[in-house]
Amino acid sequence: MSKRIEVKDLNVYYSKFLAVEDVSLTIEPRSVTAFIGPSGCGKSTFIRTLNRMHEVIPGARVEGEVLVDGDNLYGPGVDPVLVRRNIGMVFQRPNPFPTMSIRENVLAGVTLNNRRMPKSTADDLVEKSLQGANLWKEVKDRLDKPGSSLSGGQQQRLCIARAIAVEPDVLLMDEPCSALDPISTLAIEDLIEELKNEYTIVIVTHNMQQASRVSDRTAFFNIAGTGKPGKLIEYDDTNTIFTQPSVQATEDYVSGRFG
Amino acid sequence: MAQTETAPLQRSGPASGSGQGSKPGTGSGAMPNVYASGRLGKSVPWIVLGASLLVSIAIFALVQVASGGGFNVAGAVVLTGVLNGVAIYLTALLVEGGRQAKDRLVTTLVSSAFIIALAPLVSLFITVLSRGTARFDVQLFTESMRNVVGEGGGALHAIVGTLIMTGIAALISVPIGLLTSIYLVEYGRGALARAITFFVDVMTGIPSIVAGLFAYALFAIFFGPGIRLGIAGAVALSVLMIPVVVRSSEEMLRLVPNELREAAFALGVPKWLTILKVVLPTSIAGITTGVMLAIARVIGETAPLLVAAGFTANMNYNPFDGRMQSLPVFVYSSYVSQGTDAQAYLDRAWAAALTLILIVMALNLIARLVARAFSPKLGR
Amino acid sequence: MSSPAVARTESAPPSKPVQRLGDRIFSGSTLTAGALILATLAAVAAFLVLQSVPALTENPEDISIFTSGETFWTYVWPLIFGTLWASALALVMAVPVAIGIALFISHYAPRRLAQGLGYVVDLLAAVPSVVFGLWGANTLAPLVQPFYLWLTENLGWIPLFAPPASGTGRTILTAAVVLAVMILPIITALSREVFLQTPVLHEEAALALGATRWEMIRMTVLPFGRAGVVSAAMLGLGRALGETMAVAMVLSSSGIISFALLTSSNPSTIAANIALSFPEAYGLNVNVLIATGLMLFAITLAVNAIARYIINRRKEFSGAN
Repeated sequence: MSKRIEVKDLNVYYSKFLAVEDVSLTIEPRSVTAFIGPSGCGKSTFIRTLNRMHEVIPGARVEGEVLVDGDNLYGPGVDPVLVRRNIGMVFQRPNPFPTMSIRENVLAGVTLNNRRMPKSTADDLVEKSLQGANLWKEVKDRLDKPGSSLSGGQQQRLCIARAIAVEPDVLLMDEPCSALDPISTLAIEDLIEELKNEYTIVIVTHNMQQASRVSDRTAFFNIAGTGKPGKLIEYDDTNTIFTQPSVQATEDYVSGRFG
Repeated sequence: MAQTETAPLQRSGPASGSGQGSKPGTGSGAMPNVYASGRLGKSVPWIVLGASLLVSIAIFALVQVASGGGFNVAGAVVLTGVLNGVAIYLTALLVEGGRQAKDRLVTTLVSSAFIIALAPLVSLFITVLSRGTARFDVQLFTESMRNVVGEGGGALHAIVGTLIMTGIAALISVPIGLLTSIYLVEYGRGALARAITFFVDVMTGIPSIVAGLFAYALFAIFFGPGIRLGIAGAVALSVLMIPVVVRSSEEMLRLVPNELREAAFALGVPKWLTILKVVLPTSIAGITTGVMLAIARVIGETAPLLVAAGFTANMNYNPFDGRMQSLPVFVYSSYVSQGTDAQAYLDRAWAAALTLILIVMALNLIARLVARAFSPKLGR
Repeated sequence: MSSPAVARTESAPPSKPVQRLGDRIFSGSTLTAGALILATLAAVAAFLVLQSVPALTENPEDISIFTSGETFWTYVWPLIFGTLWASALALVMAVPVAIGIALFISHYAPRRLAQGLGYVVDLLAAVPSVVFGLWGANTLAPLVQPFYLWLTENLGWIPLFAPPASGTGRTILTAAVVLAVMILPIITALSREVFLQTPVLHEEAALALGATRWEMIRMTVLPFGRAGVVSAAMLGLGRALGETMAVAMVLSSSGIISFALLTSSNPSTIAANIALSFPEAYGLNVNVLIATGLMLFAITLAVNAIARYIINRRKEFSGAN
């Protein structure tokens, strides 16, 4: 279920503009890896290349390799749709489908792909996914209510349930808590702690306390200035990054001296 | 001027509403609140209006008595408006000064602009209602005009023709318009998309009669000159309808947040399924509203049908054979070629006009209800 | 799972994503629909031009719709004049009223009422043109006739009001009034839209300086909305130029060129002339009428293009979107 990601010499472009330059790193299975760095440093852009979501933006393209258990995501003939089916993503703002109920939202990944499943299997999947997202107890009596009727934090957990319902190998989270209040944030962080037993998790966050709380490994991205490409500055165990980083810029950042 | 002397006393708080620019000091110094001094009371404009109305009515009543004609309502209303404008300006000029006077004058003008627009609307509805009810009977909806020369007869053939032609036009326009809008929003990049956007704009501006001429010219090539067909009318209507559908659907599709598309992509849903199952369901209420408004717009078109589908007194269910009557053309032809019994033709024209208005209003109403009832809550 | 039908060429650029069959069919059909619109428009232009050519090339003596010695250009010129004249009159009447209504709805009416008032004005747009025609000819014309009589008697020295007054009231001025009522909603709706987009900060800045409401509007709303109002007026003009039935039913025309507003001999418009003549037209007369339609198309196209140009230029400056 959980896979290793190897990124080799990755450059990301928006048309002519080089947004992220020369990133190489390895993400271990069954771990939480956090990407931190100032705004505009390319960490969100980079995480979107891990399931080819960046292609949704016109003009975006990639050079280099992303290997998931040895298979290159950017090899010839690779179908981005299949890539995304195996590498799920949770976004900055909760985005449940407004036309669907809670139950339908959880099953969206299955039903939207025109796959049929017996009702009992579907029921099991809904319960399993919602329990996996720590949401089952709160919503089990109103599965037919619209997904947008939930609170922000619940909506975000619904989106996580939706993402894990398709049983991906990897779960990418792009600032999943930035639109949530502290209590909802705590609930999501607890959830991430549980999820890492089954999934490879990559999380982008602005919040350094959050990175230090939830992640095993941390990557620090930075830019030299506006218009310059973002770069991976340092990648190490979270403890090391926050206590004795080897690069001065990392230390400045984690100690709050800039950014 | 008696009211203006007492007016400041009625105000308790600082000047509100239009009163940001009050000039302190122009009133008497004994006022309790400095910000309320030198201002006209809230009721003053209404009193001035009432006085203008009374004076106008009095003048026109005198004219009526003197000349012996009927009471001229329109004249009285116009005079009221003019008197009111002058009176409020002068009153404000004396009490509040030039700037306030100008402000009040503009307020009066702007409000009367609205009344001016209401006048034809009200007059039109009253006329259509009062004159249309004479023949708004069962016969109108059950008979055609076949072999009718004077009284009697109905507009059933016209109603059927309108439904058939508008229906075909919708069947042509909705798929083309919707697919085009999907192309523009979801796929279109570069020169082709720009060209389509530009030419849809051009198409919006095609005069309706030119659309009729086009449909006629198109079918004349295949069937020879002088051809009038229901389907030609439908084609003419679609030329008018397609750009409206494209515009409104495009707007609705763009309202769908990108986050929903990304959410579906991230679940491994192919783009076409994302559009079909996420984007379209989210915007379906708006798209339906747009389509209904587009239908409402073309269902009242007369000129293109007059040119392309012609007019007839007979029932015709086949759009591919022979002329086809429609409601608007029925109104027009009844009015233009009044037969032996002119009043009968006019009555039928008004009754058909009433029917047409009711259909258009119903479509508009349903469209708004659809928009309100089925729009998904996007939240945030 | 990922067994693509595409040949696995090593040199395939990595930026080219794999297309699924469903995607290809779906995007293909949307593209076809878009292309169909372009084709339709090309067809409209082509057929109109094709059918217009005989009107210009054939011997004018053979075309029965022309009086003797008349050519296409002398035939169409009075119609073009009438079209422009009637539309210009309508515009002159409609624009000030439309601006007034738009301001009333956007800045004067109470918030709760504003939307409902907007709907009321939109109702005008929902009335079919043939009903406007019926109303104009049967209700408005008799209503204004005495007023026309009074104007010619008392202000007849002004060329516009030259006597004799029409006995029916169905003059170019009446037709223009009906046109004005018909284009009022579109001008109002677009103006209202731009007025509402005025930055609130600008408005509040003006009010904070102690401006009256009118001064605030003159300082902020009107300058901001000027381009929008101009383009709204142009779009309204485009509507008025192409409007057929109201003119055909209200106006009793004699096809002359005259600026007089109140007499019984009035210029006709292109659209109304087509509507009135087409049902009985045969042979080359049809081609002549189609050629006049082409002229109308060209004129409205030009007017709309100018309107779009103004809108787009404004978009660049406003910074909105």
